[in-house]
Order: sequence, then structure tokens, then C-alpha cells
Amino acid sequence: MSKFGNSNNKKEVPQASSNSLSDIVFMLLFFFMVTTQMRETEQKVKITMPVASEVAKLERKDLSANINIGSPTLQYQAKFGTDARIQLNDSFKSVNDIRDFIAAERDAMSEAERSLMTVNLRVDQDVRMGIVSDVKQELRRCSALKIMYAARKPAE
Amino acid sequence: MARRKFEAIGSTADIAFLLLCYFLMTTTMGEQSGLQRRLPPIPDTEQVKDQKVNRRNIIIVRINSADKLFAGSEAMDITLLKDKIKEFLTNPTNDPNLPEKEPLEVDGKTYIKSKGVISLQNDRGTSYQAYIAVQNELVKAVNELRDDFSRANFGKKFSRLSEEEQELVKQVIPQNISEAEPKDTGKK
Repeated sequence: MSKFGNSNNKKEVPQASSNSLSDIVFMLLFFFMVTTQMRETEQKVKITMPVASEVAKLERKDLSANINIGSPTLQYQAKFGTDARIQLNDSFKSVNDIRDFIAAERDAMSEAERSLMTVNLRVDQDVRMGIVSDVKQELRRCSALKIMYAARKPAE
Repeated sequence: MARRKFEAIGSTADIAFLLLCYFLMTTTMGEQSGLQRRLPPIPDTEQVKDQKVNRRNIIIVRINSADKLFAGSEAMDITLLKDKIKEFLTNPTNDPNLPEKEPLEVDGKTYIKSKGVISLQNDRGTSYQAYIAVQNELVKAVNELRDDFSRANFGKKFSRLSEEEQELVKQVIPQNISEAEPKDTGKK
């Protein structure tokens, strides 16, 4: 009755075809390619974002420059202490480096899109406002006026 | 021959798996969200004093270094801030101490616009969490006013209006939150 008609060992199950396996994996692959974005930099400061219910989504992620402020993660604490630090791209920087950072980010964008640049301030919720104010003042001086205070939606 | 075919497909799955792992490692999920703001440009030194806003049109919201909130001149709990701001921006009783209103004509229709400005001040010692919480309440107050206005004029929520209608509502109820120059108090 079986497909392999007159074979005498009836216990043997026909081998499952692995044809569909690659399809499944490819589908997973496409799913991840579409839903995820490239990770730009290594996170060197610990950031727990504050909660805000009125958050709006950042429309163009490619037009944003990230400024991370928080206390260094455990592996960098020996060198940089636990006080809040500014991380630009991959390294710890001071307020004075923001000007160069913004200029570099602007250069990377096309002429038409420069005015749309949003500076995404990713700040840990325990940071004091002093350092944030300094950063904001520096951004005003570089006339990077569009900013966003990164926050997360409260869990419902 | 059949066996050959199986082997070829097996390697495709492997390659796809490798690619999958690569994307899993190098990418991040999740979009960025937050409160969007526009900073005021640095004013030219000559014209700093020119811009005077009538006192009644300004409410000063202040968070001190102990995260205590003051709105106007009184200490206030954060849960009450939203209603205070809404009252300030609508001025329902035409109180002479609350902001003036001006008619604003858009597309042949006249709407009443408040001249109120919210000035947000903080100390260097204010925690970021408290600051964002207050910012959030301010945005919430404005959003609720926009919703009310949209319902009254278009019969829909603000988020369901068309883009032009949203622009109109934004013109009538602007998000006038000014983040003041930091003051060097409460240094830490």
C-alpha cells in the first residue's frame, strides 16, 4: 500500500523532504531584514529612557544624529567613572566635541535634507539636567534646533 | 541523481541560516520615539531686550533641583499641572490675569487663538526623569486641547483629521513651550 510498494521493511518512514526548509529560513531572513535596522554603534553608556505617554515616532531615522548621555557601563567605569558622560558615535566626548560631531553628521547628508536633521537626545532618566542643558546650549550654537527627547511609551 | 539534488538544497538552507544569523547580530529592532521640540535660535545680542511678552501671557513652570514643581508662583503636584495649563491656555472666564486671546483668520473662518506661552525652567540639579515627566504633561495638555478643538469643529479626533485640517488646528493651538536659558542655580 505504501508508496515504496514492495519494499519489505515496512517500519521505515520515507525521508522528509528538506525542500521547504530553505523556504522557511529565507522567509525568516526576509522578515528580519525588513523589520530591523543596522546597529550603528556600540552602547557605552547605560541608558534607561524615561517614560512619556505622548511620544511621537521619529519619521526618518536616517536623518537623525544620536547623542547618548548616561553613566558609563560597567566595563568602562574603571576608566571613566560613574558620572554621566556624553557618547558620540563610538567614544566618550565632551560638550565641546558636539560642534564637530554635528558638522560631520551634516556633511553626511544631502544638501536638501540637512534642514530636516533631528538630533536625538538619548538620555538616561537619572541624569541631572545640568549636562543636558549644556548640550542643548551647544546645539543652539551650532543651530541644530530640531531635537527629540527620546522616551518610551509606558507599558499598558 | 536524486541524492545530489537534496544535497544542493541543503546548502542553500545553510547559507540562508548564516545570512539570518548575520542580520540577527548586526541589526536592532525597535524604532525611535520621543518628544520632539524645536530649540530657540541664539538671539542676536542687540535685539535681546526687544521682545517683551505681556506678563499675563506667560506661565512659568519651574522644576527645582529637588524635583519640586512650581507653576505660576505656587507649588504644584504634577497631576494637577495638565489642568492648570489647559485653564491657562483656554482662559474660559476671561480672567484679566490669564492670557489674552486674539482672533485668527484661516481660510475665511475666524478662530480664537490664545497668546499664552509656557516657559519651562529647570535647575542644573533637576533630574531628567522629572523634566521629561513635566514636558509630557505640557504636551498632553496641548494635545487634549487640540482634540477638543477638533471635535468641536470637525467632529473628529485630532489624529483622524486630514493633514490640512491638522495644520489648521496646529495654527490655532500652537505648542508654545519655551525652554528658557538655563540658570546657574542649584549647582551640583
